[in-house]
Amino acid sequence: MGKTLAEKIWAEHVVRQADGEPDLIYIDLHLIHEVTSPQAFDGLRLAGRPVRRPDLTIATEDHNVPTMNIDKPIADPVSKLQVDTLRANCAEFGVRIHSLGDKDQGVVHVVGPQLGITQPGMTIVCGDSHTSTHGAFGALAFGIGTSEVEHVLATQTLPLQRPKTMAINVEGSLKPGVTSKDIILAIIAKIGTGGGQGYVIEYRGSAIRALSMESRMTVCNMSIEAGARAGLIAPDQTTFDYIKGKPHAPEDFDAAVAYWKTLFTDSDAKFDVEVDLNADDLEPFVTWGTNPGQGLPLNAVVPNPADFADSEQRTAAERALVYMGLEAGTPLKKIAIDTVFLGSCTNGRIEDLRAAADILKGKKIASSLRMLVVPGSARVRLEAEAEGLDKVFLDAGAEWRNAGCSMCLGMNPDQLAVGERSASTSNRNFEGRQGKGGRTHLVSPLVAAATALRGTLSSPADL
Amino acid sequence: MEKFITHVGTGVPLRRSNVDTDQIIPAVYLKRVTRSGFEDGLFAAWRNDPEFVLNQPQFKSATVLVAGADFGTGSSREHAVWALQNYGFKVVISSRFADIFRGNSLKGGLLTIILDQAEVEAMWEAIEADPATPITVNLEERTVSYGSKSLPFAIDDYTRWRLMEGLDDIGLTLKQTDFIDSFEKKRPAYKPATLPIRS
Repeated sequence: MGKTLAEKIWAEHVVRQADGEPDLIYIDLHLIHEVTSPQAFDGLRLAGRPVRRPDLTIATEDHNVPTMNIDKPIADPVSKLQVDTLRANCAEFGVRIHSLGDKDQGVVHVVGPQLGITQPGMTIVCGDSHTSTHGAFGALAFGIGTSEVEHVLATQTLPLQRPKTMAINVEGSLKPGVTSKDIILAIIAKIGTGGGQGYVIEYRGSAIRALSMESRMTVCNMSIEAGARAGLIAPDQTTFDYIKGKPHAPEDFDAAVAYWKTLFTDSDAKFDVEVDLNADDLEPFVTWGTNPGQGLPLNAVVPNPADFADSEQRTAAERALVYMGLEAGTPLKKIAIDTVFLGSCTNGRIEDLRAAADILKGKKIASSLRMLVVPGSARVRLEAEAEGLDKVFLDAGAEWRNAGCSMCLGMNPDQLAVGERSASTSNRNFEGRQGKGGRTHLVSPLVAAATALRGTLSSPADL
Repeated sequence: MEKFITHVGTGVPLRRSNVDTDQIIPAVYLKRVTRSGFEDGLFAAWRNDPEFVLNQPQFKSATVLVAGADFGTGSSREHAVWALQNYGFKVVISSRFADIFRGNSLKGGLLTIILDQAEVEAMWEAIEADPATPITVNLEERTVSYGSKSLPFAIDDYTRWRLMEGLDDIGLTLKQTDFIDSFEKKRPAYKPATLPIRS
């Protein structure tokens, strides 16, 4: 029997296999940031262990860096200590780092692809659950905890149980105004936040193949929100074209492409589970609750908890409506928004900024709200400025910030106030995620821009 | 890491599903560079509510957290495990755990046990009826017992052995360095490297 893509990559990275033990898997690339690494470096120091492969490791500052006044010292002393600790650790252990102010600083999952270090067939890890983003290149990429970060630093391997495989087939074509963000929100609503637990998802089908690399990254990014540690897409010409010319693209590009072309699921391979989704029917999606599975098409109304057959889901919906301050039956499009956040590893790349700027061009955002535009990396910011997108955002009344995770998780000063409601292009609508008491609706960049103009949750078709 | 063979303690019923790691410990509490002191951030938002179960005096000294389905979803932050451990929890029971959280917990010696949702609900009722109910977790026999019940749970042999011996994974893997060396010799040249820097 043939192998799935994930099984092929797994098999190519087995360092050691023994009965009754997890497989020891080699890691091709380890991405590091300031929040989940200090205790790992500390562990190495205590044990007197070096970093085994600094040349397969790269660090950047993203989670708690400010997005304003970045030429001044970080104001929050605890954030500053964490960033300073990362810099000192990288210097001590010989790890490449892109610090605040560097053109390659940015959200770790934007930085890897833009440098061309993310390539098909690799195993990639990071102490961050959105590492699944890199799966868009046909890599097996997943988030790990700090103990595992230390393990990879010391050994460049991880002992892992082999995951099961799930295919999600998305056939058809998206209507105008519907994006890859809507595909993944619809998938999570369909299979639930635990639906992918224990699986690696492979996204397949004509609607996936039609997506740009950056749109594919948005889909893979949120695999974890469906419970899957990793999600991937077989590489094709779109992938090869994206990598070509990037700083770390292979020197012998043809040899690499010849290998990359072997990275697909064999026609006689079997997935443990298959799920189908029709792209033709999809509408812009938005979440109404406090987990990413609580989403609906934008034309729907806030659901009534009593309509949920499952008691657990009913209780969760009741709790979510209280937290979100919403009444069952309210049209989602009537919900007024206080803050629009455009950014994050989900939707902070240049295509996302272009799509939103296209809608905002020559218009003003509603006076009732603020809009933060936070590029995913310093390079994305520079690219956007070269295209004049910064002017479009500023003229529309939005704020143009520096790169970082920012309001996606509210670890830096970019936070929602208690009761404040956001339309956010990020990935998590958990209670308090964007600031204590803050209320989050997850949306695509197109919906974010249209919402900014109208003041209530809207799609470009409403303009 | 401390060896885990058996644990006897009382439980606390957390009747919520989808408890994500942002609820277990919000991001603003993740700025420490040490592994201790995270207990003040544990369920920080919910602990403002005097009615929240951890604030109730009868559950103050509980060491077994019995939670709803899909516990530990979201962010990979191992701080969630540290916060639970720093607070005093030794065991978490749920009908479903998120993969990364479960991996982190078993690496760090916080035992996560999967029981059927019906058994979780029965435990909630028993604990609420008598918060002093002793719960015995026996990793060697793979059982959770309370009252007249003894429930088997599944855990793979390797992880069970590692926890019972209190072994850390890195030391075990470093014994396999020969395998890593020979794997690296065969790694293809077209695989990218971060150094030297190219721009």
